[in-house]
Amino acid sequence: MMLKAHGALISARDVSLAYGSRIILDHVNVDVRHGEIVTLIGPNGAGKSTLVKVMLGLEQPDSGAIIRQPGLRVGYVPQSFPVTAHVPLSVRRLMTLTVDAEERQLRRALAATEAEHLIDARVVRLSGGEMQRVLLARALLRDPQVLVLDEPVQAVDFYGEVRLYELISRIRKDQGCGILMVSHDLHMVMAESDHVVCLNGHVCCEGGPGAVQRDPEFTRLFGPAAARMIGAYQHHHDHSHDGAPGTCNHPHHKA
Amino acid sequence: MDILFEGFFQRALLAGLGIAMVAGPVGCFIVWRRMAYFGETLAHSGLLGVGLGLLLGINIVWGAVAAAVVLALLLLALKRQKELASDTLLGILSHTALALGLLTVGLITGAVTGHLDILFGDVLTVSRADVLTVWAGAALVLAVLVTLWRDLIAMAVHEDLARAEGVRVDRVELAFVLIIAIMTAISMKIVGLLLITALMIVPAAAARRLSASPEAMALWAVAIAAVAVLAGLFASAWWNVIAGPAIVIAAGLIFVLTLFAPQRS
Repeated sequence: MMLKAHGALISARDVSLAYGSRIILDHVNVDVRHGEIVTLIGPNGAGKSTLVKVMLGLEQPDSGAIIRQPGLRVGYVPQSFPVTAHVPLSVRRLMTLTVDAEERQLRRALAATEAEHLIDARVVRLSGGEMQRVLLARALLRDPQVLVLDEPVQAVDFYGEVRLYELISRIRKDQGCGILMVSHDLHMVMAESDHVVCLNGHVCCEGGPGAVQRDPEFTRLFGPAAARMIGAYQHHHDHSHDGAPGTCNHPHHKA
Repeated sequence: MDILFEGFFQRALLAGLGIAMVAGPVGCFIVWRRMAYFGETLAHSGLLGVGLGLLLGINIVWGAVAAAVVLALLLLALKRQKELASDTLLGILSHTALALGLLTVGLITGAVTGHLDILFGDVLTVSRADVLTVWAGAALVLAVLVTLWRDLIAMAVHEDLARAEGVRVDRVELAFVLIIAIMTAISMKIVGLLLITALMIVPAAAARRLSASPEAMALWAVAIAAVAVLAGLFASAWWNVIAGPAIVIAAGLIFVLTLFAPQRS
């Protein structure tokens, strides 16, 4: 792939990584720009989380490079957060593990994810959805230019899932940050993403949601049913933008 | 209470309380980071260090620190391979180090039983120099802990997240390993190599239910470890039992008691 002319906030350039003989990432290119939601989809073991870790600098690629704008502020919500009854933590403390923040900033970040009431809650008592909103607020507290969300709706019930995706979409509008998201959740991805990268070791196909869904590679990877289902979903949403989450009762597909 | 005026007992108390002071917070990190087996392995390697120390004619405390550090570095390096699970790896290294230590010490002193005190502790032999070693080591450990406190907590909560947010995880990890190595070395004389992990994790585990913040848990762990040390040493004096196991049993009893305390989460 050619180097893109317009400045990306963070890019993976021809990144490859193997564990022993197992190839995890095979010459992968991804760009995240200002105000853009880029979503990584792909089957289990496709290297989505690994790619995210490489882009965050948590793992070193065997070849290729990660290009970040100098001084880039990144907010990260990791895939698994095994919290951990081990460490006694309040939400307030969890938020400020690595940054100092005033009460006002804490409350503003939590309010942005509708979690302000949880500020003094114990972390072990949070539900899956509350935890994700707190982690999202935690990432926002760093005033990020790029948000990296690895499976942001894990352990969240369906209603909470819809609300979380709406929230992510709103954060993109309000904060103008670029968002790199890993998701299993095909129909949501298609509704909110600007750019979809379908990963299976290498980049199988990429483009706008519509283009990806029509790509034969996509159909091969996820099956024709998924492609049809997404089409139906797109159509459904083209005609109802009221956004009331309770009215969504289309089939819920997990890849 | 006459025992309180005995020099050896006073030295044992001083040394034991010095160890309790650091066993509390270090134990918390071991519990938070699920490193109990890791600590155990480093402690076992202490015996090999003692053997090598005797062999080379250097101070056995330095020998134990050196062996634990070398083993820890080996572990960190081996963790990068993905063939063997890390608990298997720890099992191999832990018991090999213990066996090598027993052999080395046995060969050098002619009888391994002569050095059982290193495995289980022997308060009768605590010298003034030992007390000094304990307090110097404890002061060093506390200084490192205070300096790295915030990074260590962030890593205990989520290592990848800490790294992504700028914590220099590898450096902090190295310092933490060094801390456990020093802990092991200074605790040999009092609780012994086989039981030092227990003195670190049992008070920390007991402190968990009583604490609402990491700092509270560390302080509770210090208090519980100190009570266990006192109880163990007095039990040892009154009933003529070995101090190390008595200390660990006291800590275990306190842990059981805390199960009845309300959970502070």
